[in-house]
Amino acid sequence: MITLQHFLLISAALFALGLYGVITRRNAIQILMGIELMINASILNMVAFSKFDRAENTGQVFGLFIIILAAVAVAVALVIIMNLYKRVQTIDPSKTKSLKG
Amino acid sequence: MIEQVIFYILTAIAIGSAAFVVTSQHLVRSVFMFFVTLFAVAGLYVFALADFVALTQIVIYVGGVLVLLLFAFLLSSKNSLDAISEIPSGLLSANRLPAVFIALAFFALLYYVFNSVNFESLNWIQQAKAQNNIISVSDNTVRNIGVNLMSKYLLPLELVSILLMMALIGAAHIARKEPKTP
Repeated sequence: MITLQHFLLISAALFALGLYGVITRRNAIQILMGIELMINASILNMVAFSKFDRAENTGQVFGLFIIILAAVAVAVALVIIMNLYKRVQTIDPSKTKSLKG
Repeated sequence: MIEQVIFYILTAIAIGSAAFVVTSQHLVRSVFMFFVTLFAVAGLYVFALADFVALTQIVIYVGGVLVLLLFAFLLSSKNSLDAISEIPSGLLSANRLPAVFIALAFFALLYYVFNSVNFESLNWIQQAKAQNNIISVSDNTVRNIGVNLMSKYLLPLELVSILLMMALIGAAHIARKEPKTP
């Protein structure tokens, strides 16, 4: 029997992996993928709880909204990364120091 | 029985490929492994009885987001691959240890919380069970989602569509060539 706990534990594992990726990676694209992993974990939570709401589908509808917002965020973030590469020739966030005081 | 086997296989694929995505030194390999992660997570959505969300995940994430990631990778970082290999590898090297600790502590916290909460006794879940408000395997949820999107969630839908257009215009504005004069 697949219960709610299974989905919650899987999403916790995915979220922890995404957090690790965001902290350790030195590459803006890989940091973005870590964020996407965390977003996917949260969508999994939404969808798992949505099983108990057949009439209004709140969890699934907001899962769809989260997917759209993640696509928006990726589009804008990738444009920013490409602009950054055009200016400083690197996509390593720890090497871009022009905003440091 | 067979569904549990498939579920655990999908779980193993999702978590294993996610671990590869965040630990790989090679950007291209990790982008392509992210495909596998997204497909496996879409399979898990199907097991959570949300087939429409799974389809949307495949269409938008795999069809849109990953192609965007590949484009950005091809356009930006052809020489950043050399710099990546200088990072000391190994999961437990000195500069990775705090990150491993933070991630493990966060997972342990979530694990403790999920194991200590009894979800079956939550108020709204018991209410849903009493009113037979639970999605079963044979339900057709797509029609219900469509009706709800056009009635109850109409305002969030319109807001999201306006935000999508604003973000597209903004992205095109940021990505344009800058004029030469300072």
